[in-house]
Amino acid sequence: MVTVPESQTVPVTLPGVNVDAVAERGRPLPARELREVVFDVQGLGVSYSGNMALQDVSLEVYRNFVTAFIGPSGCGKSTFIRCFNHMNALIPGARIHGRILYHEQDLYGTDVDPVEVRKRIGMVFQKPNPFPKSIYDNVAFGPRVLGMTDGLDERVERALHQAALWDEVKDRLKASALGLSGGQQQRLCIARCLAVEPEVILMDEPASALDPIATTRIEDLMHELKRDYTIIVVTHNMQQAARVADMTAFFSVTRGGEGQRTGILIEYDATDKIFTQPSDKRTEDYVTGRFG
Amino acid sequence: MSAVSAGLRSSRRRGVWAGRLFMAFLLLSLAIGFATLLTLVVQVVFKGVEWVDLVLLLEPPSADPQIAGARPAILATIYLGVLLLALTVPLGVGTAIYLEEYANRNRWYNRLLEINIQNLAAVPSIVYGILGLAFLVRGLGLGRVLLAGAMILTLLVLPTVIIAAREAIRAVPDSIRQGAYALGATRWQVVWRQVLPAAVPGIATGSILALSRALGETAPLLLVGALTYVSFNPTLLGDFTALPVQIYQWVARPQPEFRDTLAASGIIVLLVILLAMNALAIWLRNRYERRW
Amino acid sequence: MATGEATAADQRIALRAPRRRWGEDVIKGALALCALLSVATTIGIVAALFLPAFEFFEEISIVDFITGTNWAPLFAPSSFGVLPLVAGTLLVTAIACAVCMPFGLGAAIYLSEYARARTRKSVKPALEVLAGIPTVVYGYFALTFVGPRLQDLGLPVGVFSALSAGLVMGVMLIPTVASVSEDAMSAVPRDLRDGAYALGSTRLQVATRIVVPAAVSGIIASYVLAISRAVGETMIVLIAAGGQPNLAWNPLEAVQTMTAFVAATGQGDTPTGSIEYKTIFAVGATLFVMTFVMNLLSIRLVRRFREVYE
Ligand SMILES: Nc1ncnc2c1ncn2[C@@H]1O[C@H](COP(=O)(O)OP(=O)(O)OP(=O)(O)O)[C@@H](O)[C@H]1O
Ligand SMILES: [Mg+2]
Repeated sequence: MVTVPESQTVPVTLPGVNVDAVAERGRPLPARELREVVFDVQGLGVSYSGNMALQDVSLEVYRNFVTAFIGPSGCGKSTFIRCFNHMNALIPGARIHGRILYHEQDLYGTDVDPVEVRKRIGMVFQKPNPFPKSIYDNVAFGPRVLGMTDGLDERVERALHQAALWDEVKDRLKASALGLSGGQQQRLCIARCLAVEPEVILMDEPASALDPIATTRIEDLMHELKRDYTIIVVTHNMQQAARVADMTAFFSVTRGGEGQRTGILIEYDATDKIFTQPSDKRTEDYVTGRFG
Repeated sequence: MSAVSAGLRSSRRRGVWAGRLFMAFLLLSLAIGFATLLTLVVQVVFKGVEWVDLVLLLEPPSADPQIAGARPAILATIYLGVLLLALTVPLGVGTAIYLEEYANRNRWYNRLLEINIQNLAAVPSIVYGILGLAFLVRGLGLGRVLLAGAMILTLLVLPTVIIAAREAIRAVPDSIRQGAYALGATRWQVVWRQVLPAAVPGIATGSILALSRALGETAPLLLVGALTYVSFNPTLLGDFTALPVQIYQWVARPQPEFRDTLAASGIIVLLVILLAMNALAIWLRNRYERRW
Repeated sequence: MATGEATAADQRIALRAPRRRWGEDVIKGALALCALLSVATTIGIVAALFLPAFEFFEEISIVDFITGTNWAPLFAPSSFGVLPLVAGTLLVTAIACAVCMPFGLGAAIYLSEYARARTRKSVKPALEVLAGIPTVVYGYFALTFVGPRLQDLGLPVGVFSALSAGLVMGVMLIPTVASVSEDAMSAVPRDLRDGAYALGSTRLQVATRIVVPAAVSGIIASYVLAISRAVGETMIVLIAAGGQPNLAWNPLEAVQTMTAFVAATGQGDTPTGSIEYKTIFAVGATLFVMTFVMNLLSIRLVRRFREVYE
């Protein structure tokens, strides 16, 4: 397991990182003892049809934190984030090794039901994927399948408010979701996920298909949401990680024997530390733009 | 110098001629099909249109071509259409859902199932007739009844419906499924509330096209016992004759009134029915086709 | 948030399903049953054909059946040599192939290499209409139009002939060959063509020396499929090819095919268990085996080109 030292901000400016953004994120991190562990990942690995895509990852994810995963393409960030809500189980040939404890319970223990897991751990995808239904039905889908249909209208409205979308759509709830702009669609997907009141929200590059303004709105939203939710976000955009994340994990790729590429966790630390004073050379190369 | 250019020119001229000849052959290839189609339609209409009248539509067959009609055959074909729809759509869509959404493609038995269906789609229709004769008519002792005909046509078109439904289901983007699963939907909820509604237009189009093929089938019905002469309206468990079979009976007679004229008018009715179904399928496709 | 006020650590969160979702299992079972119906169909076909066929071969030697040159099951003394039926089938099939193979390929080349996208979009479905016409209609057309026109041309054909049935069947199969071949040709990567054009090749050369060779397994698949269809086609031959078993290999004469024999005999009220009844199954089994082998071959070939280019 990667040990997490106290956050210590030493103002060393590395080129390529907007330190203002780091400062802007504000809030000092609570001391380690005061953090509540939501996920305890222990020696996790994932293989696709026998090819290890990710190996030996250990880290802790804390409650009401935004935790960012960064790293070069193909290093297994998506693979990793999909482990938290059993989405890998949908891929034939995918196998999970090691453990993830969710509030001290084995997420992959026998008898664990993917539906129960996904109820508590929501997910937002890279490309906005609204259902080809009305805006209302999109948000209501989760509550409906989970049987939370009491006060559905209020629930939908609340979720849309939380996702900062209500004002834009309140007059056309019955209109097709496919008519929304890309940024609105992505906020709708966030609202859809909030409607079932999860504890954790997983976001896999939630803004990479969006323009800068829509991106800013999503980032603002993440700031808002972390008061109530625990957020894990994958991003390619280091500025974004620096702006939104409390903790950042940097992944990279090792090349095994027969040219096999396996993702590994290089460093996991407070975001400020990762971007200003990384302890691993590879992290430094990456965050300063010297690598891929 | 001039020898070189002469050489160039002559080879080029040969190339031009070869190209033109080839093009002519290609156009001829297409023209043969269309010319045949046109001739066929003109021939049929020319010979038969005069006899397409209320007598044909409303009267039972008769030994006197002047008063011979095809009412029982037309009715039976309509009944067959309804029965086929009721039997093939649930079975075909069910199989398609199983193969696309439930079956693990890495298992040998599921691969075998796929090959089996592809192969069944290419089994000659007369073989299905033999199956019906051996099992339904003689084996089960059902006799030569409409239901037996419907069942055997169901088995005959099922592979086509399955293949069409699978294509429609596969055209629903995976992001929709992922989104629904991530909200805690069970497999069936994903299928029933997201995949199927999105695939309905494709399934409907494919099923109607398959159905129109089945209603034009004659050979298997001959074996399952569509009769030469049926003057009463068909019932589920009674003797029957279908429109294509009636046409065959007329074509097989030596008298030109039957062989040329009445058969042609029967063909007109059959083609109009099938054309209407095809038009409906095409309309459905254009109206509801979704580009993801 | 969902966990409420109490700290989540001391509150065990239930990750187990509150109750077993029986409905899901039942549905999966029902869907699997639907899928099993197609397996049952195959088993049913095999059983329906081969069990009586075996009984047939208990009475009639299989060698006589396969090598006999006289097919007269309904006469006394009866004779069960299947060769005349096979010959009739192959003759009609050969005629059909002579039509559908070159012209089907020609249509495919036109659609894939020459036609503009818009032309293709309208021509392809129009061509498919040919494949949607019921075969009884083609039979009518062969009998009442093509046959007489052949006579007009001075050919010594009777009312029924292998030629008229085969020609019409060939036209009917053009879309089958065209659409499978065209799929294979469209799967040939652009770069291959562009490379050849860059070297100054003409369209003709690109089509015949690059695209056709690259798509050859798909084209063969379409041919095999067409042969299988032709062998299994019933109504055209039943109506237009006549009913005489004939080993003369003469396209101008009437012939009986395997399918036509089955249809003609199966229509009647031949008593169950009689030798005439069993001939239906012996011939049907022969037909099934022939088409089955070809279908598997064509499925294989289609897989092959899919694998190469996808
Ligand atoms: N469904 C799958 N089947 C097989 N291999 C997969 C699958 N998904 C991912 N992989 C492999 O796992 C490795 C990690 O992929 P992953 O998508 O997790 O990377 P990533 O870090 O998210 O990349 P990116 O930044 O491009 O999104 C890659 O080598 C990829 O080829
Ligand atoms: Mg990714």
